[in-house]
Amino acid sequence: MNAAVALEQVIVDYGRRRVLHGLSCTLPRGAVGLLGPNGAGKSTLLKTLLGFIAPTGGRLRVLGLDVARSPVEVRARIGYMPENDGHVPGMTAVGFVAFCGELAGLPPSDATQRAHEVLHYVGLGEARYRPVETYSTGMRQRIKLAQALVHDPDLLFLDEPTNGMDPRGRDEMLDLIRDLAHNKGVNVIVSSHLLPDVEYTCDHVVVLDRGRIAAAGSIDELKGPAGRIFEVRVKGDAAAFAARLAAAGMQCQESGDDLMRVFVPGSVDDMPDQQRICRVALDAGVQVRHLRSSLPTLEDVFARAIGES
Amino acid sequence: MSLVHDQSYRRYTGARRPIGRAWIVILRTTLGALFARRPLIGLLLLSWVPFLVRTVQIYVVESYPQAVEVLAVSPRTFRDFIDFQGLFAFFVTIYAGSGLIAGDRRVNALQIYLSKPLLRTEYIAGKLGALMVCLALVTLVPAVMLLIMQVLMAGNLALHRAAPGLLPAVLLASMLRIVVPAMVMVALSSLSTSSRYVAVMYAGLLFVSEALYGVVARATGSTRVAWLSLPRNLDVVTDAIFRLPSQHDAPVVLSALVLIAFVVASIVVLERRVRGVEVVA
Repeated sequence: MNAAVALEQVIVDYGRRRVLHGLSCTLPRGAVGLLGPNGAGKSTLLKTLLGFIAPTGGRLRVLGLDVARSPVEVRARIGYMPENDGHVPGMTAVGFVAFCGELAGLPPSDATQRAHEVLHYVGLGEARYRPVETYSTGMRQRIKLAQALVHDPDLLFLDEPTNGMDPRGRDEMLDLIRDLAHNKGVNVIVSSHLLPDVEYTCDHVVVLDRGRIAAAGSIDELKGPAGRIFEVRVKGDAAAFAARLAAAGMQCQESGDDLMRVFVPGSVDDMPDQQRICRVALDAGVQVRHLRSSLPTLEDVFARAIGES
Repeated sequence: MSLVHDQSYRRYTGARRPIGRAWIVILRTTLGALFARRPLIGLLLLSWVPFLVRTVQIYVVESYPQAVEVLAVSPRTFRDFIDFQGLFAFFVTIYAGSGLIAGDRRVNALQIYLSKPLLRTEYIAGKLGALMVCLALVTLVPAVMLLIMQVLMAGNLALHRAAPGLLPAVLLASMLRIVVPAMVMVALSSLSTSSRYVAVMYAGLLFVSEALYGVVARATGSTRVAWLSLPRNLDVVTDAIFRLPSQHDAPVVLSALVLIAFVVASIVVLERRVRGVEVVA
């Protein structure tokens, strides 16, 4: 089974309120972002995958295992970094992480050794003998990641991993997540409403909106092919200009108000894209009256998906 | 973005414990945390003072036969000993038990525990087990030790021959005074995030039920309503276990049913409250 997570018509109700409306999709291995505004159902989906919430209907599979039939086996292969602060009271960081390792089935000596390693990895090496209660918000985020990693899970669920972190700490956390997903072979599902975080760490994305999937796929696919888009308005023979653009390998679409959207594929030479368009315009004998770049971002994808759903 | 300098993370290839034994880890860790508290150690040591007193009583009786008339050792001696240990059990239950789950709920630890490969029953078993061990140290262990001391000092099994059900009665009565309070306390602990509030709830449950019994018993002039009080139910069933005449007229079956109801209610509460996520519909 190649998918990290497979959802089939998953329905979750909180009392009479339906939170997830028959979700069906496959989350590939690697780094996947769960995007959506507050209340979209991201955390609910993670908690359902963990077996905390029993779905009203549908089927969930994690790493090929049925969550309803084998919840403990699923959790043995998952690491969960919750959104809220959470620790076991009265423990030092290394004691807490080692305890989590033992809970996950590691022998005590291995759990302690891995606790030290993982705390170094997340940047808490110097503070590992301090009680967790004395940690700052950023340090608590890191220790939540450490406890999720200590038993070496195949799949990590990270719920808003950069919440409350300062810019430097946030960058370091994102680097850790990216490193885990791309260099350490750990599959990662990042739930966040921060688009740059997901764009930096993930290859795939699932956009949720009001309990429904608004968009899903690889970020590159959703953003469209590599290259830059320009809005262009010209005075003169627009058709001839468009033909010359096409001949130069640039796609051109009319978008009303005499405005054309010109797609310039990834740079083929050192000439700036704007200059290439102006050179074509000169050759076509038209005058460029408006030229503005429009780079597709995940924000465009998100806005389009939320708008369409 | 800064570079990742620390590349020390590596995949784990060692052995893993079979699923289903996480409760032992929780039990061990919880006991470690409890025994690190000096007041609890003091309380546990204090609870052995009655054992020393009873041991002296047995020694005197065995050494000076004329003392038998005032200090006779009989099954009632052990029943009274277990009853007296109930006082220490009360304080141990409150001190060791009130924060067991409440403390975890206060710092959102339940989601950490239950995201690991363990069942909710394992979590509860670990917490319950820790409290039961503490309670056993003030009830079951001293009671059994007292039995052993009696045999050692008497140098014979005469008392056990005369009362063959004494050992099972001591074991059963002690377990009753461990299981019921422990279940009730752990269930109450799951209802709040404040251990103080849990302690007040537990003490309130005992005192209110006792006060209710006192009022109704006085109004009716009968002790048949002893089933209204949790401590009195324990007394009634303990008397029945030792096959001694009860101080109360309450039917043993009714008292036993009330105690079972407390245990069942505790299980229901724990089933509803010990969850990885609190869903408010």
